[in-house]
Amino acid sequence: MQFIKPGINIDFIGKRKIAFVISLAMILVSIGTLIVNKGPRYGIDFAGGTLVQVKFDAPVTMNRIKAGLQNMELAASAVQQFGQAEDNEYLIRTDATTPAMQDLSEKIEHRLKEATGVAVEIRRMEMVGPQVGEDLREKALFAMFYALLFITVYISGRFELKWAKSGVVAVAIMGAVYILSLFNVSIPFLMLAALIVSLAIFWFFEFKYAMGAIVAIIHDVTITVGIFSIFDKEFTLPIVAALLTIIGYSLNDTIIVFDRIRENLRKYHKEPLTTIVNKSINETLSRTILTSLTTLAVVVALFVLGGGIIHSFSFALLIGILIGTYSSVYVASPILLAWQPRRK
Amino acid sequence: MKNLSWRLIVIAAVIVTAVIYVIPTFQPGVWPHKKINLGLDLQGGMHLVLEVDADKAVENTIERVAQEMRQLLKKEHIRTLGIERVETVKLAVKLAKDDDNQRFDDLLDEEFRDLRIADRTVKNGVLEIVLDLPDTEADHIRKLAVDQALETIRNRIDQFGVSEPDIRIQGERRILIQLPGIKDTQRAKELIGKTALLEFKLIDEDHDLQAAIGGNVPAGSEILYETKEDPVTRRVQKTPLLVKKRTSLTGAYLTDARVQIDSQYNEPYVSITFDRKGSRLFERITADNVKKRLAIVLDDNVYSAPVIQEKIAGGEARITGNFTTEDARDLAIVLRAGALPAPVRILEERTVGPSLGTDSIRMGLLSMCVGGLLVILFMAIYYKGSGVVADFALTLNILLIAGGLAGFGATLTLPGIAGIILTIGMAVDANVLIFERIREEMDLGKTPRAAVDAGYDRATLTIMDANVTTLIAALVLFQFGTGPVKGFAVTLSLGVVASLFTALVLTRAIFDYFLISRKVRTISI
Repeated sequence: MQFIKPGINIDFIGKRKIAFVISLAMILVSIGTLIVNKGPRYGIDFAGGTLVQVKFDAPVTMNRIKAGLQNMELAASAVQQFGQAEDNEYLIRTDATTPAMQDLSEKIEHRLKEATGVAVEIRRMEMVGPQVGEDLREKALFAMFYALLFITVYISGRFELKWAKSGVVAVAIMGAVYILSLFNVSIPFLMLAALIVSLAIFWFFEFKYAMGAIVAIIHDVTITVGIFSIFDKEFTLPIVAALLTIIGYSLNDTIIVFDRIRENLRKYHKEPLTTIVNKSINETLSRTILTSLTTLAVVVALFVLGGGIIHSFSFALLIGILIGTYSSVYVASPILLAWQPRRK
Repeated sequence: MKNLSWRLIVIAAVIVTAVIYVIPTFQPGVWPHKKINLGLDLQGGMHLVLEVDADKAVENTIERVAQEMRQLLKKEHIRTLGIERVETVKLAVKLAKDDDNQRFDDLLDEEFRDLRIADRTVKNGVLEIVLDLPDTEADHIRKLAVDQALETIRNRIDQFGVSEPDIRIQGERRILIQLPGIKDTQRAKELIGKTALLEFKLIDEDHDLQAAIGGNVPAGSEILYETKEDPVTRRVQKTPLLVKKRTSLTGAYLTDARVQIDSQYNEPYVSITFDRKGSRLFERITADNVKKRLAIVLDDNVYSAPVIQEKIAGGEARITGNFTTEDARDLAIVLRAGALPAPVRILEERTVGPSLGTDSIRMGLLSMCVGGLLVILFMAIYYKGSGVVADFALTLNILLIAGGLAGFGATLTLPGIAGIILTIGMAVDANVLIFERIREEMDLGKTPRAAVDAGYDRATLTIMDANVTTLIAALVLFQFGTGPVKGFAVTLSLGVVASLFTALVLTRAIFDYFLISRKVRTISI
């Protein structure tokens, strides 16, 4: 069985301008949404707050639940259905984390039972103090930063075979971050600065593969975060894990195309780069589609059957895999061509 | 040929090792190795992060020094205009007479060498000396407080009876506590969070209680409350008491505390036993204050304030106060384990009920089976015989991940299950790369054997490169992640390594076996 016949030759590179416009539009929409929504909607992991998941033995109305929470520290909380409707499960969320809520679960159980007349079970309760939330936010950003740093060094070393220069890149990024951290720059800006520094260095050293890979990663992560913001989904710790996985996955795809480009560059050194890049994308197309399909199959299984707790996580993976596959074909490879006119 | 048999031996060894590690999880007791650890999100339980208010320990130390100094000055007949704690961790001593200054300085040199003289000023003929602890000393006290708090909490939890608790220091002042399978979370929290500072203080009977409540609290005394809950009406009754600030005796001198049942009223109480020094102190206090009331105070709550009938020797006392048996038991535990050196505060709490954990396992396994089956069917249809080889590799992959989890004593969490599921989808990638390459080589007219060789040789480097990036992401996540997310990083890393092994070593050996040993001429791909 074969989906893609050998010798297929779709003109991907020829359509790179259209792809460029599409990507740019998606990125702009993502950033726009993020600005309008004032950043991602942080879950309690990052914002601090209290989350309680309750399950009723029989159907209840939302109003009854809200009535039960009146006159409690939880009066100002958001109640939301969780999972399937027949599960009778609800999430109660509030920003409060006061120590007065120490016996919160007992109180909620009592009040909700009183208000709804239905037995209730506290299935999960999470309280994250604002301080811990801040720490976790910092940790998550550092994780992203270090992942990017190591991957940058690995790609620039592995693909350009210039480990010494890739060491310079690492030192430059760390140095820039260190100097900025002396001025108490907040971490998101620190990350932005690190990215700009690495892109500038790649440009300076003509690390085109590294440039392509990093731009593709930025593209994927920005759009995934943007889509999360559009769907008003919460940004939690597992989502950070999903983003890092997406980075790994997108890079995986990109590297396989790049490997083929390098191989073909040696094989057909007389052909123009455009042809070689397009040929390489076509040659690896079958694999790209197959792997995306198998990965999507399992992630869809997780999304549909995995239950409410892991729903957002699998949603992030789902988007990331789609975008990552697209970007390795339409974003990473065309960037290699950016150096083309200057060379000749 | 010989090369192939060596590879088969290695493969067999790896599989057997994995099986050995995995079996106890499904068939406990076959041999003594631990089951795969389940995270709190899968088995239910409580995760707590506490912050030790370590500055309070420094404050307490200064307060203790102040008391000591007052006693010494009294003994030496050195007169001061007052010793006061200022800026929470400093001690201000005011002196008037000149000749006492010299004697005070001598006393400082002899008895309080550890204190630093932060400031020395003379104003209106009054000499004010400000003393504090050197920074290294204060840091040491803070660190000690956190260490002691950890020990005390560990003691309390051990006595409470939780199987396999995980209690550790996180950062500088935080304590991470994981209590798997715990049901009565409220009680556990109270037990852990209680400072449990037991103090015996005399009731101030020289001053009027009503006047004190009115705002005129005499120096050296304070108002504390005795709270009692009526077991029938559930009415809480608060009785104010005027108590002397000075602590006569603390729980630091306890050697034992246990629950007893009062034979007369059939009510539980806690009987406490003092050590030798404590017994002597207790005997002296009771002898000096017969017919006076002694308040038993725990964390500024008065439990009871009985009248001392006679001198009590032997170092035993009882704490009564309308306890339920559970309350009494918990009080005995915290008294035995000792007081926390400083108060703690809950910064983070995550509780998962056991039913939710079971649901999560069920749903996770279901999606794993469905996803895995989809991939296995797809590979078998798309690559026929070779697809079946890849499917075999995939199945082994899951076994290897499970073996790795058990072998390294790692914890499986819900995101961890997601990581395994994701690995199932991504692990076939290596085989897809190889098979596509083999197909390409065969289209160029190579024999199956040459095509397989070329396919593996060319794809190996690409597969390595592609997997290293995922591994980098997973390792960073492992370093920075907490709890469930860490579980994801673990299974993802294990999955990447396992898939490298199954794709590059295992499937290759199978192909080589058929093509070289069995001399198969065609290949189903």
